[in-house]
Amino acid sequence: MSDLLSTVVSAGTFEGNQELRSRSELTAKEVMREVGAVLRMSEADVALLAEVESDPGEDQTMIINMGPQHPSTHGVLRLMLELKGETVLRCKPIIGYLHTGMEKTGESLTFMQGGTNVTRMDYASPLNNELVFSMATEKLLGIDGDIPERAVWMRMLLSEMNRMSSHLLFMASNGMDIGAVSMMLYGWREREEVLRFFQKVTGLRMNHNFIRPGGVAADLPAGWRDDVLEILEMLAPRLEEYDTLMTGQPIWRERLQGVGVITQQEAIALGATGPILRSTGLAWDLRRDMPYLHYNEIEFDVIVGSYGDAFDRYAIRLAEIRESMRIVRQILDKMPGGDYRIQNKKVTPPPRARIDESMEALIHHFKIFTEGFKVPEGEVYVAIESPRGEIGCYIASDGSATPYRMHVRAPSFVNVQALPHMMRGGLVADAVAVISSIDPVLGEVDR
Amino acid sequence: MTTDVLHDCALRDSHGQHVLFVPKDRYIATLRKLIDDSYTMCVDLTAIDFLTHPGRTLPEVIAPERFEIVVNLLSMRDRTRLRVRTQVSEADASIDSAFDLYPGTEAMEREVFDMFGITFTGHPDLTRILMPEDWDGHPLRKDYSQGRIPVQFKGSAS
Repeated sequence: MSDLLSTVVSAGTFEGNQELRSRSELTAKEVMREVGAVLRMSEADVALLAEVESDPGEDQTMIINMGPQHPSTHGVLRLMLELKGETVLRCKPIIGYLHTGMEKTGESLTFMQGGTNVTRMDYASPLNNELVFSMATEKLLGIDGDIPERAVWMRMLLSEMNRMSSHLLFMASNGMDIGAVSMMLYGWREREEVLRFFQKVTGLRMNHNFIRPGGVAADLPAGWRDDVLEILEMLAPRLEEYDTLMTGQPIWRERLQGVGVITQQEAIALGATGPILRSTGLAWDLRRDMPYLHYNEIEFDVIVGSYGDAFDRYAIRLAEIRESMRIVRQILDKMPGGDYRIQNKKVTPPPRARIDESMEALIHHFKIFTEGFKVPEGEVYVAIESPRGEIGCYIASDGSATPYRMHVRAPSFVNVQALPHMMRGGLVADAVAVISSIDPVLGEVDR
Repeated sequence: MTTDVLHDCALRDSHGQHVLFVPKDRYIATLRKLIDDSYTMCVDLTAIDFLTHPGRTLPEVIAPERFEIVVNLLSMRDRTRLRVRTQVSEADASIDSAFDLYPGTEAMEREVFDMFGITFTGHPDLTRILMPEDWDGHPLRKDYSQGRIPVQFKGSAS
């Protein structure tokens, strides 16, 4: 019977088990993946480590599944945990439950339509996804230096507002995961205010497709400045409230401090970016270190932690909301007038009014929306700082109107790899806090 | 065409970004040298299937193959990026794993294996990561159909 079953399972292209293997099947290499690799130990050392540190015998440990349907996994992340009592010995994240082949889809959408696809990857910070895709496309087109000033500043405004809304969502979900349920309500409430602004500007609360190759889709609506100021004024005292509610609170600190620690060396080796990398004390922020848009004209601080634990990551995100508010205030002062998209007939559709008057305009409009615009052959990688870390877009074009290959380097996908290292030796109750502190968006992990 | 060379590999410029074309047999050795050049973080590893676009621009010394591994490296010290492109043939769709040098490539290499069917020699846990374990084929290959359902229009001839 079992023979029959195994032939059925291994038919087709069965290529091995994704799940956490039991301890008896564990090779030194596998342990190395989980512990030693980032410390660059030799295999012999790791085997020794595995022997000394645990070897609890298979009958004393238990492998349990956490997720994919678990409220604290932020979607459909499944963790297989090997437990000895309350202690997590090993952990393996299993992903792919939300995989919808967005990179494959991206190959059949034109550069004009691509924004609608990438914006759905990291659905908590859609505007950053659109921004990086647009910047990559513009670089391939060779128009990245010609984007009108107003469009650039609008992109910065939206990107920073998006960072605020994303971090507010983190505040909410982190609070809920730890047990501060009132924080969940506050976080969602404040985020909603920002999303309302997005709705006014872009027409949609999420998945905007507003930042497009060549600029943005529309100009800012009347009264936008007051709306932004209102949000900034509303947020400042509420962030103070968060401090009272959580930062200084002993239970909150007890739950987060010293939990899910990762060292700087480990974070770099694992490719972790964003608040995870900064929590280890390394001030690495693409906005400052490899500036894009006009971030070099803006004054802001890069927030770093010192212990690399979950509390640092929480505190960094809270402080980053404040920094984003500071950036937004400067953007308000510097927002220039002028055009909000490039006047390049090949990329930008003609205005609606022109279509009634000019046959040329009608043809251009039709061509851009049916065929799209052709992008010269080449390949390019553009990266920006999303709320979760470095989001990159790699596009290879064969000279047609659709990308030959469109790959998004998703920060959550890489950051989730840090989970086994953060969880090792911790309590199973802390597992929730650790997942939460990574702030993964599963739409982006799985794409 | 520039004729820059870095670690005996052709270095080219693509829209102001540095691209290093590394032969497959020197892939790991070159990455090792690049780590010493302070490219300590591997931000991204992906692949491209050039089945339907064979005539792409490559340095003369590089013979085009069906697959290409693209590795994006970052030097935090110099604040520069470097892209490594390595040709992988269809007949021998495998390459050494960069896991020992950059542990962060673990999931990325699994993704490439899952999506393109390129195997990474020495990878500790080479299994599918996004697709189900028993999935047939490798979706991001160009000969993998998107699975469209043909639409029949009413009244059309068949």
